[in-house]
Amino acid sequence: MSHLLEVNHLQTHFKTPDGILRAVNGVSFTVDAGETLAIVGESGSGKSVTSMSILGLVSDPGKVVGGEILFEGKNLLRLTKKEYRNMRGKAISVIFQEPMTSLNPIFTVGFQISEVLRTHYKLNRKAAKQRAIEMLDTVGIANAEKVYARYPHQLSGGMRQRVMIAIALVCQPKLLIADEPTTALDVTIQAQILELIQKLAKEQNTGVILITHDLGVVAEMADKVAVMYGGEIVEHASVEQIFHRPSHPYTQGLLASLPKIHEDEQRLYSLPGTVPNLLESSEGCTFAPRCKFASEACLQSKPRLALQGEQHWVSCLKAEEVRG
Amino acid sequence: MGQYLVRMLLQVVPVMFLISIIVFVLVHVTGDPVNLMLPETATEEDREILRAALGLDQPLYQQYFVYIKNVLQGDFGNSFHYGEPALPLVLERLPATFELAAVAMLIGIVIAVPCGMISAVKRNTVLDVIISFLSVIGKAMPNFWMGIMLILLFSVSLGLFPVSGRGGVEHIVLPAFTIGIGLAAQMTRLIRSNMLEILSQDYIRTARSKGLREVLVVGRHAFRNGLIPVVTIMSLQFTSLIGGTLVTETVFAWPGLGQLLVTSVNMRDMAVVQAAVFIIALVVIVCNMLTDVVYRYLDPRIKYN
Amino acid sequence: MEQQIKKRKTTLWSLLWNSKLGSLGAIIVLFVVLVAIFAPWIAPYDPAALDPIKRLKPPFWMEGSLPEHLLGTDNLGRDILSRLIYGSRVSLIVGVGAVLVSGLVGTLLGLLAGYYGKWSNILIMRTADAFHAIPSLLLMLVMLAVVGPGLTTLIFVIGLTNWVSYARVVRGEVLSIKERDFVRAARAAGASNARMLFKHILPNIMSTFIVLSGMNVATTILMESSLSFLGLGIKPPDVSWGTMLSDGKQYIATSWWVSTFPGLAITITVLGVIFLGDWLRDVLDPRMKAND
Repeated sequence: MSHLLEVNHLQTHFKTPDGILRAVNGVSFTVDAGETLAIVGESGSGKSVTSMSILGLVSDPGKVVGGEILFEGKNLLRLTKKEYRNMRGKAISVIFQEPMTSLNPIFTVGFQISEVLRTHYKLNRKAAKQRAIEMLDTVGIANAEKVYARYPHQLSGGMRQRVMIAIALVCQPKLLIADEPTTALDVTIQAQILELIQKLAKEQNTGVILITHDLGVVAEMADKVAVMYGGEIVEHASVEQIFHRPSHPYTQGLLASLPKIHEDEQRLYSLPGTVPNLLESSEGCTFAPRCKFASEACLQSKPRLALQGEQHWVSCLKAEEVRG
Repeated sequence: MGQYLVRMLLQVVPVMFLISIIVFVLVHVTGDPVNLMLPETATEEDREILRAALGLDQPLYQQYFVYIKNVLQGDFGNSFHYGEPALPLVLERLPATFELAAVAMLIGIVIAVPCGMISAVKRNTVLDVIISFLSVIGKAMPNFWMGIMLILLFSVSLGLFPVSGRGGVEHIVLPAFTIGIGLAAQMTRLIRSNMLEILSQDYIRTARSKGLREVLVVGRHAFRNGLIPVVTIMSLQFTSLIGGTLVTETVFAWPGLGQLLVTSVNMRDMAVVQAAVFIIALVVIVCNMLTDVVYRYLDPRIKYN
Repeated sequence: MEQQIKKRKTTLWSLLWNSKLGSLGAIIVLFVVLVAIFAPWIAPYDPAALDPIKRLKPPFWMEGSLPEHLLGTDNLGRDILSRLIYGSRVSLIVGVGAVLVSGLVGTLLGLLAGYYGKWSNILIMRTADAFHAIPSLLLMLVMLAVVGPGLTTLIFVIGLTNWVSYARVVRGEVLSIKERDFVRAARAAGASNARMLFKHILPNIMSTFIVLSGMNVATTILMESSLSFLGLGIKPPDVSWGTMLSDGKQYIATSWWVSTFPGLAITITVLGVIFLGDWLRDVLDPRMKAND
C-alpha cells in the first residue's frame, strides 16, 4: 500500500559564503491519511525547513538537493512550477506559527479565505464568499458573516489562528502541515486550537504533519513522532513508545525537560550545550558533544537509524544502554 | 473626522507662527527693510520718512503685531516691481506650478515604483545593480543640469519639444521629466528597501502557500502593502519637489511661483518674496495633511484603531 | 535560520560592491581636493581672463577647436578647463564650510535640547519642526534676498538652513547616552556638566556626526550649484560650476560644451562624495545601513 506522503532521504542545503549548510540531511518518514506525525526538535534542527521543502517553498539560497518527496505516489520534486503551485493550498496546506503576521493586514479575512477558493476552483465572488462564511462557521467563529468583513487586526490571536485554519482547510487538503500552530497563543486557547485541528483533520481524513517543540502537544495530538536533531531524524516511533521507551539520549533529554506535575520538584531540566553547527560535517554522531553517554566510538562513526523494536527506529550506537 | 481636523489645525498653527517669526526676524531685524526698499542713493531723510510711514520706529513686538495682522488679512504689501499687491501676484502663479508639480510627481512615481519593486524582487541581480546605479547617478545630477541636458537632446538635437514657456502638452514634457527623474532617483531606493521588508513578511509566505501565482503574490499581497509607505515616501519628496520647481521653472521659463520667487529675490522685491514663502509653506503643510488622509484610507489598521 | 543566511549573503555582496564604490569615491574626492588645492599651478589660464576673439571655441576633438583650450572656451572667451579647475574650490569650500556651520549649530542645539531638556528642548525641537516644514531652498532664498550673494554668506545661509538633522540626531543620541551606566556613574561621581559633555557625550556622537556630514556635503554641493545657477550664490570673479552652467544655458543651441562640462564636474564630484559617504556609513555606523 502506498502512503499519502513518503519522504525519502530528503536533503535541503543552503549555500552560504562560509560553506554548505545541511539544514535537512537525509530525512525519511511517511504519513498516511488521517494520521498525525509530529516532528519534534529544537529550533534550528531543520524541522521547519523540512516542511517548507515539502511545500516547495524553500527560499534562496536554500535548495532541495537530494531525495524524493512522494505525495500519493508522485514525486513532488519532479513537478513543474505550475503543477506544484496547483497542489499548494489545495492538496497540501500549511498553518504557520504567527497568526499575527501570517495574515495580510490590509485584506479582510473573508477575502483571504475566498482567495484560495477562487484560485483553485475558479469560483465566482459570491460562491466563494458563501463557502468562506461556511468555513468560518466550521472553525468555530461565531457571527461568521460579520467576521468575513473584518481585518486581521480586529480579531484576537485565537480568532486569527482559526482564520488561518479556515484558509488551510477550505479546499479540504489531503495533507496539512501545522508549523508550531499554537506557540504564539495563550495556553487556554492552545488546547482549543489543537482540538479544532484534530477534529477537522479526522473529519476530512487529512494527514497531518505537526511541527512543534512542545512534547505536551505531541502527547495530545500525534500518532507517530519523529525527533529531529541537527538536520537528521534521530528517533522515529509511535507516540507511546517515544514517551515510554525513549531510546535516544536526545529524546530523553527533551522528555526530561518537560515540567512534571506529579513530582514535588518543579525544576526544569534543560539540555546542556547548543544546537550543532551544521556547516561542519562531523565524522561522528552530531549529538555526541552534548551526550552524557558518548564514548570514543560515538565521535568516530556516524550512527544510522536502526530498528530497535516494532516500528521503533533509533540512530544511536548506545540505544540499548540509553533505554536502560 | 472633526476631531482629526482640529488636531491637524493645532499642528499647523504653531508651525505657521514660527515661520512668520523666522520671516519677520529675517526681514525686519537682520536687514533694514528700508534699505531693501529704497535705492542706495536715497538720503537719510528719505529713509526716516519711509521708516515712520512703515511704523518701523515702533518697538519690535508692535511691529510684529502689525505685521501679523496684515498677513492674516492677506496683505503682504505691494510689490515695488509690479506696483500691485503681492498676494494676488503669487496666487495667480500657483496653477502653473501645481500643474508642473503634479505631472512631475506622477512621472516620478511611474518610474520609481516599478523600478524599486523590480529591484527588490530581483535583488542582487544585474538588474538590481543597474537600477541602483542609475538612481545614484540621478541623485548626484543637479536638477538644472538635467534640464539643460534634456533641452540639448530633445529640443536642440531632435527638435521634439519646445525649449521654454507654458502652453500645450509639449511644453510640460521636458520640465516635468526634469523634476520627475530627480524624484524617481530619490524614491527608487526607498521603495526598494521598503519592498524588501514586505517580501520577507510572514503573510507573503502565506500567500505563496495558498498556491497563488508569484505575480499575484507580488502584485496583490506585497504591492498593496507597499503602497502605504510609498505615500510617506512621496510626502518626504514634497520639499525636493518644491526645490525642483524653483530651479526647473527658471531653466524652462515656466511662468510659475518658483520663477516669480527667484526673480523677486534677485530684485529684492520683499513683499512678493514673503507672500510666496507663506503660500509655499502653507501648500507644503496642506500636502502633508492630505498625505495623512490618504494614509488612513490605505491602511485599515489606522482607520479603526 | 534562513533569515540569517540571507543576510550573510547580502552583506558579502554589498561589501564587495560597496568597498569597490567606496574606494572609487575616495579616489574621486581626493582628486577634486588636490585639484582645488593646486588650482593655480594646474590651471593653464586665469579663469577670469577674457578673450573676445576666441569666444565659444569647441573642445579639442571638434572642428574649429584651439589646441591651447582643451575643453574650449565660453561666451566671453574664458578657458573652460581653467574655470572648471577653479570652480572645484568653491564647491569644496562651500560644501565643507556649510556642513561645519550646520554641524556646529545643530550639535550645539541638539546637545542643549537633549542634555538640559525642559523648555530649551521644547523651543529648539519646535523650531526644528518649523524649519523642517519649509523647503530649505525657500529659506535660503529669503535669507539671500536679505543679505545678498557671496561666498561667505552662502556658507552661512546653507549652514544655518541644514542644522535640523544634526540637532535631531544629536539630541536622540544624548538622550540615549544619558541613560547609560557609565554616564550615570560619572554624574553620580560629581562630574560637571561641561566635563560630561566633552568627556562622555561628544566622543560618543562623533561617528554619527561624520556619517551625517558625509551625506550633507553631497547635498550642500548641489545646493550651492543650484543657488549659483539662479544667480543668488557666488558672484564673479569667483568661479562656480553653477554660474558656469547658467552662463552656458543661453548658448545651449550652438555651444553645448559650455554647459555640459560643469554639469559633469558637479555630478562626478557629488557621486564621489556619495560613494565615500555610504562607505563611511557602513564602516562607522552599521545601524544606519540601508535596509538591505
